[in-house]
Amino acid sequence: MGVRTFKGGIHPFDGKKFTRDLPIREVLPKGELVFPLSQHIGAPAQPIVKKGDTVLKGQKIAESGGFVSSPIFSSVSGVVKTIEPRRVATGDLVNSIIIESDDNFTEVEYEKVEDFNKLSNEEIINRIKEAGVVGMGGAGFPTHVKLSPKDPDKIEYIIANCAECEPYLTSDYRRMLENTDELIGGMKIILKLFKNAKGILGIEDNKLEAIEKIHDIVKKDDRLEVCQLITKYPQGGERQLIFASTGRKINSKMLPADAGCIVDNVETIIAIYRAVTKGCPVIKRIATVSGNAVKNPGNYLYSIGTSYKQIIEAAGGFVVEPEKIVSGGPMMGFSMFSLDIPMTKTSSSILCFKEDVVSKVETRACINCGRCVEACPEQLIPSRLHKFADQGREEKFIKWNGLECIECGSCTYVCPSRRQVAQSIKTMKKNLIAKKRKK
Amino acid sequence: MSEKNDVLYQVSSSPHIRANDSTARIMLYVILALLPATFFGIYNFGIRALIVVLVSILSCVLSELCFNKIVKKESTISDLSCVVTGLLLGLNLPATLPFWEAAVGGIFAIIIVKMLFGGLGQNFMNPALGARCFLLISFAADMTNFNIDAYSGATPLAVIKNEGMSNVNSLKMLLGQTAGTIGETSTVAIVLGAAFLILVGVIDLTIPASYILSFVVFISIFGKYQFDVNYIIAEICGGGLMLGAFFMATDYVTSPITPRGRLIFGICCGVLTGLFRCFGANAEGVSFAIILSNLLVPIIEDNTIPTAFGVSKEAKKNE
Repeated sequence: MGVRTFKGGIHPFDGKKFTRDLPIREVLPKGELVFPLSQHIGAPAQPIVKKGDTVLKGQKIAESGGFVSSPIFSSVSGVVKTIEPRRVATGDLVNSIIIESDDNFTEVEYEKVEDFNKLSNEEIINRIKEAGVVGMGGAGFPTHVKLSPKDPDKIEYIIANCAECEPYLTSDYRRMLENTDELIGGMKIILKLFKNAKGILGIEDNKLEAIEKIHDIVKKDDRLEVCQLITKYPQGGERQLIFASTGRKINSKMLPADAGCIVDNVETIIAIYRAVTKGCPVIKRIATVSGNAVKNPGNYLYSIGTSYKQIIEAAGGFVVEPEKIVSGGPMMGFSMFSLDIPMTKTSSSILCFKEDVVSKVETRACINCGRCVEACPEQLIPSRLHKFADQGREEKFIKWNGLECIECGSCTYVCPSRRQVAQSIKTMKKNLIAKKRKK
Repeated sequence: MSEKNDVLYQVSSSPHIRANDSTARIMLYVILALLPATFFGIYNFGIRALIVVLVSILSCVLSELCFNKIVKKESTISDLSCVVTGLLLGLNLPATLPFWEAAVGGIFAIIIVKMLFGGLGQNFMNPALGARCFLLISFAADMTNFNIDAYSGATPLAVIKNEGMSNVNSLKMLLGQTAGTIGETSTVAIVLGAAFLILVGVIDLTIPASYILSFVVFISIFGKYQFDVNYIIAEICGGGLMLGAFFMATDYVTSPITPRGRLIFGICCGVLTGLFRCFGANAEGVSFAIILSNLLVPIIEDNTIPTAFGVSKEAKKNE
């Protein structure tokens, strides 16, 4: 059984109070929408529309580019303006379909299903695949691949990642409160695929209202239970969550399925529910807009393809011009130099900060204090890996388990000498993995 | 590129937030934690003790300042680590020491032991202890001269070694009313400071506890009086063991960073201290034990690399 927490981790200022009690509000897109063809891990999607085509809301505009890939749908009705490379939140240029909205939102008719229990497992997985569902917590791994492990009978736990351990983010929390039935419905659909599995909703104990609400609904269900997790970053890390809720451990060479687990994020599970029962593809999701530079922080439901700029405008714009904008949480999100960037399936938040605190910190020598060792949820020695990475000592880096790093950034956060510990480890890891691929 | 933006926001690799802790704050905590022992030393040995400590601190700070000037590097004194070194060195000197010798100690600690090896974080041995041992060898007579009005001159451990337990009062040793270096005598004051450091999370008990416990086990077996409570208390309270265990063996830079390594390091310190005290020519051995253990740190670390989360020991070996 679970131990409700893990060793290591940190307690940063959580900033959730700014948005946690604000209900989800929808932002209607206007003008130009940008749909990058890579909003997921795996092969980019292949466009099936061309310049000048008229499209409807919910119409497929790009087909899967392979097994590990996912289709893309238009979130508005309108005309395809062009297909060209556009900048995305990570800073990369990605080929994208540009659609000019006609502001009518004429929607495709979806094929509904009254009772998903009547569908076969293949049909369920196919509906999930055809709706373009990917891991919406941030990674963007195609969900139909995750739900097709080698041996489905060996899956014993379906874990809903309701931890939401990143500071400031409250979108999953709002979903848990406002779309509880869809979340639980989604869990039931996944449980139908795995007959030996039990569903666990892992929720951090700073979200007691959500815990109570969900617990009330699932207490009579013997296949579902709530696991109240101790609040600590990175509790929502896949390996940490699996350990906390089941007591099982996985490493970098294993998939959760190797430990009999499948982990999905709240937003993903809701998308699964909508895909299977309503035939509705992934065209909307919710994001937290927060930070001290935003006028009206909140939780916004937006259409995929909307630019960050429009979302900020919907949130009342800036109180002051921010120094830093982060897509995702402050611990693992990407900072962006521009707002002319489309929101994708994996954009879980926009944080706008008046001040960029990290640009002002002064780096000093490592004093070997070991705070990073205490904080590391993977039981590594980050300061040493940081040194090996800076010196380019690959063998040492591997010997000291550098490849096990989950890039949570806890080591950099706690470092009293303000060193870029996680950053250099990430770079080294990337280089080593690229090298391995070449061989 | 087609970006038509007037403002560019700042970009950096995550994480985008930082904790408030800083090196200077940690050093400040250590200085605060050493104050009870310092004040007791001044109360015990008089105003001369204060001057010795101040000379030692000043010499350390100036050495670091000058060194950085000469090699044209940015000044590092604001991280306060040279103040900690100076204070620790001062507390490890007898109050009777000529001031110029204290100054030489400070210069040696900073220039030779710390800066020449690359400054903070790079030195392989505790600068204060390195300097103390240097002074012990260079000015043996001055460094072991504890003749001050209040005390006969011999430290309690020397008394035990040469005369016997009957002339030692372990209660006085706990309080610190004995001969010795400025900061080492009062166990109560040291433990008070150490408790503060543990409370604010600057040090943990791993190294001090394994040090003291392994030392107790060692002298219970090999010591002059073996398992005699008064003898053991005297041995723990005397000879700078408390100061060493809580403030010098726990020095971040010169102790292992691996969790198991810290335990082994503490045991090394304890066993070596016992060895020096029971079988050496001197009654004391804390400084040399810690310095020798400092030298073992790279070997200890290389053999105590922790297994990562979810990686089994067997799997690691098979790689």
